Parts: sequence; structure tokens; C-alpha cells
Amino acid sequence: MTTLALEGLSVRRGGTTTLQQISTRGSAGEFIGLIGPNGAGKTTLLRAIQGTLTPAAGSVLIDGMSVAAHGSRAVAQQVATVPQTPMMELSFSVRSVVEMGRTPYRQPLRPWGGDRDDVSVVSDALDRTDLRGLADRPISALSGGQRQRVSIARALAQDTPIVLLDEPTANLDIAYQVDTLDLVSSLVAEGRLAIAAIHDLNLAAQYCDRLWLLDGGRLVADGPPETVLTRETLRAVYGANTVVSQHPVTGATYVTAVADTPSDDALARIHVVGGGGTTAGILHLLDAAGYELTTGVLHEGDTDTAVARQLGIEPITVDPYTPIDAAAARRARTAVEAADVCIIGDIEVGGGNLPNLQILEAAPAVISTAERPFAERNFAGTAAAELWGDLSDRIIRSHPPELVRTVEQVIDGSL
Amino acid sequence: MTARPFLTLRWSAALAALLGVVIVVAVGVGPVPIPPGTTVAVLGSTLGLVDPAAIAPDDRLIIEQIRLPRVLLAGLVGIALATAGAVMQGFFRNPLADPSIIGVSSGAAVGAVAVIAVGVSLPWGLGLQAAAFSTAVATGFAVYLIARRGGRTPVATLLLAGVAVQAFLGALISFMTLLSGWDMRRVLYWLMGHLGGTTWGDLSAIAAIVPLLVIATYAHAHALNVLTLGESSAQAVGIAVERTKQRLLILASVLTAVAVAVTGVIGFVGLIVPHGMRLVVGADHRILLPTSALAGASFLIVADAIARSAAAELPVGIVTAAVGAPFFLYLLRREGAVEL
Repeated sequence: MTTLALEGLSVRRGGTTTLQQISTRGSAGEFIGLIGPNGAGKTTLLRAIQGTLTPAAGSVLIDGMSVAAHGSRAVAQQVATVPQTPMMELSFSVRSVVEMGRTPYRQPLRPWGGDRDDVSVVSDALDRTDLRGLADRPISALSGGQRQRVSIARALAQDTPIVLLDEPTANLDIAYQVDTLDLVSSLVAEGRLAIAAIHDLNLAAQYCDRLWLLDGGRLVADGPPETVLTRETLRAVYGANTVVSQHPVTGATYVTAVADTPSDDALARIHVVGGGGTTAGILHLLDAAGYELTTGVLHEGDTDTAVARQLGIEPITVDPYTPIDAAAARRARTAVEAADVCIIGDIEVGGGNLPNLQILEAAPAVISTAERPFAERNFAGTAAAELWGDLSDRIIRSHPPELVRTVEQVIDGSL
Repeated sequence: MTARPFLTLRWSAALAALLGVVIVVAVGVGPVPIPPGTTVAVLGSTLGLVDPAAIAPDDRLIIEQIRLPRVLLAGLVGIALATAGAVMQGFFRNPLADPSIIGVSSGAAVGAVAVIAVGVSLPWGLGLQAAAFSTAVATGFAVYLIARRGGRTPVATLLLAGVAVQAFLGALISFMTLLSGWDMRRVLYWLMGHLGGTTWGDLSAIAAIVPLLVIATYAHAHALNVLTLGESSAQAVGIAVERTKQRLLILASVLTAVAVAVTGVIGFVGLIVPHGMRLVVGADHRILLPTSALAGASFLIVADAIARSAAAELPVGIVTAAVGAPFFLYLLRREGAVEL
């Protein structure tokens, strides 16, 4: 079990401290994502771990061995690096470049030393990165994504317990991004420790067991993605307004950047009428914009219900497949009366949720984000059509990209 | 891949055989033509294989005292310049790099021209060659120190520092040439590179130094391969980058300085021979270095044979450039010719 320990690691470059007092550790079988804004020190940290930069204070220890105290050859037997800079135009074949990964095991100053033992490691690295068919092609004939794979194959040929990757997915097409990170994950599953600087927070959250968040050369958060990627932390570090949710497909923590909150004043209260997932995005958006939200009446098990709870809003609900009862309708009407604005999504109206239209009578203003005409969404006959007809004079139409602005205008009376 | 050492051996053997033929033929070229058979006989008699009585004394004298030292010097200088050129191109990851890229040749020229033109006399009885060698090495070292900052020597800075120092020394050389008066012809002759009047004495130093440096360079062939990937990648696979760069610079600069000090500035050999070999054997320095060295020897011997078979003997630098430049342009037009 290889462990990497950073103990009070500080690095100075060009007179300024670029890494300050970083202490943490990583062990075999962990995939650690190194995140942080541009200039936070991600590349510097990787270079310090690799031993290219000498610490000004503190140390990098691999199984207790100090990286600074050892030559690059000894370190290269423990740590392989996939650098960010793409390989230049070279007429070296793919295989030759992958063989260069065996350098730390060669006899120094012997041009052909030790080649024979390396054949199987190199051919294995070529297979795993799907480069077998390209092995004899010159690097200059490869695409950027393929060159990236060659870099990874070279790191694999280096056969080290620790693999560092600097932005392995930058400039790659989406399919290559996923392939690359899947490959890294499989290395981790075999018991390696991988540390990857990843710009894309969502890829980092999806693939990494753990994130190190750097800001201004300091390690400001260290833990599983769901504890590191919080709205507060992201605001503090990136200065960005974000919505943190769970990805519907992967279940991973998912970050979306949204427009900045307009002001710090006490913001208005909004009641959202949705269902069937029609207002999930709207709830995220308004929550991020800082409004106080209520929602309902929803069914238990509905996507909108789940989203509301994720955001810490307790929705007004009824059991699945049951019509809205009088008690729920009453609570919803109270919420509507207390709200400055009501928003109704692109919902379908049937006999069971008709009360959701009725309660809107009590709203001071109603914004609809419907995309379809009401007739297409009406399964409750003339009763519903009449209700909508009465409301329609007062309904202000909007859609998610403009919704926050529309809400602001309604509240300040300009609409 | 285990086949590649054998590929190297095969290419090297073929080029060594070519070099043997070139030497024998080139020895025959000159005002007094000598058939290859006579040359072989003279060489054979030196080894005790042929009865010396069967050879005309004039032929023996011309071959042993005039032609052979000159041909061998051309060969050694060709080896030195082609090896230095291959190293510099790989080191700078720049196809335009040549042995004089960090100013070593200009430095040698300053020393040589100072001795010839200004009549600078040296302490300890050092001659022109020693002066040229000293200023060459001093220049290379100065460029290295200028480019070095905070324990690192970025190759781009090194390259630009080399260009700037070359320009400066160029001005100095032109100025001294203007002042040289009656010696101007000798100065120009030196600046264009020459192999005429070579004696066995000229050979002794270079014959001792060049083979050692070439072997030491070859020991770095793999490191040179890895360096072409970029310094961070080289570091990542365990190459001690700064130390390796220092060693390679020293080896290439001393190789260049030794050659230039003896023969003057002979251009183009170090630029086009490695490029030509790269097209044939590929970019792997483990094959490229020995084959470039052998091809460089043949190239310069042939160029010198052409130079001395002209009506008036030409400086060999004129021939290498006149033959080399068109060949280089032809390579440039071929796709991929200047990839490293």
C-alpha cells in the first residue's frame, strides 16, 4: 500500500509563495481530483509531488521516502506524470515514445540497456490505451486525443504506484474525456493512487473519490465531492453563483453556474406550482438567485418534490396517485397568499390537480413558464379551461433564461 | 524492438564501408592522380601486408605525408560536426539548430582572427589553434551563463542568447578583418574553412579527443531521445534534465570547438548531415548519432576532394555550402524532412 504524504508543503517560485502549508495524504486505490481556479497552484502541486520543484518548506513523502532527497530516477520509479502540454511534432513512433516510459529502469548511459525486459510492459500499455494499431505511426500523424493517450501509455509503461495527470481531459472531445477518466479509474481500481488536476468540476465529481480544492496556493477543502462542492465553498473560491444538485443520470454531485444574485436585500417570496419535473430547473434557478421558495401541491415521488427537498424546501405534498385533498389545497393557498409572486410550470392539468389552478386566484401576480398552449395540457375539461381563462389576463409569460429578470420586474412593479 | 540495435549495426557497417571506399578514392584525388590500387597498396604496406618495394616512392610520399593526413582530418572534423549538429537539433528541438548555434564557431573565429590579423601573441606559446579553441569554449560557456536563471536554462533563452552573441562576435570579426590589411586573405581563408596543408601534427589532438567525445555523446543517446519530448516529460521519466542538458551542451560545444579550431568555420555539415540521416534512419538518436557521424566523415572528405580538384584550390566551406544548400532545399521540399 503506497501512501503519499504532504507535510506542511510550501513552494516558492519567482519570489512569491505559490503553495502554502499543504498537509494531506493519499493512499493507493484513491482517485483524487485536484480542483481550483486558474492560478490556484494545481500544476505547481503536481510538480512538487513529482520532485521537479523543490519545496521551500515541508516535504513530499512517498512511503516515508522524501522526494526532494532522491534523484529523479528513483522518484520516476514511484511517480509517473502525464503532462498537460501536448507532445510536439515528432517523427518518433508511438511505440518508441511509450518505451521511453521505461527510462527509470534502464541502465543510465547505456543506449540500449535493459530493453528486453520492457517488451511486455510496453505492449500491455499499448493495449490498455487502445494504441496497438497505431504503434508504428509517428507521433506527428496523431490527433490531439491520440497523443494524450500516448502520454498516458508512457505513464503506464513507467509502472508506478502513483500517477499524476495535469488536465488530462483539457482539449479532448467528450467521448475521449470519458475514455480517459475511465482508464484512470481502472488504474485506481488496480491499487494505484491517481491525482488529476481537472478543470471541469462535474467530471471531477463524477470520477474522483476525493477532491483537493486549492485556492491561492492553499488547500481549502479536502474530502469527497459532495462535501467539497458546496454552494458556499464555490462562491468563496470561484466567486461564482452556483447550483449544486445531483446529476439525474450518474447521481454524482453536479454543479451549474447561474447568474449572480441581483442584490443582498431581503428577497421576495415565491410560490412555485409544478409537477412531473416541469419546475425542477426553475426551483434550482430561483433558489440560486436567493428567493425564499415554497412549492406545491406536489405528489410524493415526483421529481419536483425530490428537487425541492434537495434544496432544503419542504414541499406541500399528497401521496402518489391520489388527488389533491382539501387540507393540502388549503395549505397551498396559504403559501400562495404569503408569496409575492406565483410561478406555474408547463404542467398538465387533470381532475386530480385542478386545485393547483384554483389556488392561483389568491396570488398577487402569476408568471407562467408554459411552453405548450393550455388546451394541449388540459385533461380536466371545461372547468379547467374556464379557470385558466379567468387567470390568463393576469398571467405574465416567461421562460427559464429570463425568469429571474421577469420576477424582478414583477416585484419592482415595472411589469 | 530488439531488432533496432542490429539495425544500427547494419547501417553503421554499411556507412563505415562507404567511408573506407571514400577515403581510398579521395586520397587519389589531387594534382597528381593516384589510382585506388596504389592507395590500397600503400596502406597495406604500412600494415606489413604488401612489399614496400613495389610502390613508387613519390606516390608513397604524396599519400602518406600529404593526402592521408588531410583526408583523415576531414573525416574527423566531419564526425565532430555531424555529431554536434545532431545533438544540437535534438537538444533545441529545432530543425535549424547547428553546431555553432550557441556561438562556439564565432568564438573560435574571434580567437583565430585576433591571432592572424591583429597579431595578438599568446602567453605560454599557444598557437592559433589553441587560441581558437579557448575562445570557442569560453563563448559557449558565456552564452550558457547568460541564459541561465534560477538554476534553469530554458532552451529558447539559450537559443536567443546564442544568436545575439553570434551577432556581436560577428561585428568584432568584421572589424578585425578590416584592420587585417595584408593578412585579410588569410583571415577570409580561415573563416571559410580549409583543410589544406594538414600535417600529422594537426591530427594528433583532434584524433585523440573526437573519438572520446563521440562515445560519451553516444552514451547520452537515449536521454537525448527523451529530451525531445520536452523537459517536463523527460523529468517525469527520471532524466535529470538540467544536468543532462549541461553535459550535452559541453559535449557538442567541445566537439565543435575542436573541429573549428583546426580547420576554421566549415558550415552546413552539422546542419544537413543529421537531417539527411534522419530521413533515412529515423529520429532515434541511438541510430542517428553513429550514422550521422559516419556520413558526416564521408561528406566532408568528398567535399574536400572536390575543393582540391578545382583549378585553384577552394576553401572547403565554399564547397559544403554550395553542395549542401541545394541539397538542403531539396530536403525542405520533401514532406516531413525537417521533423525531429
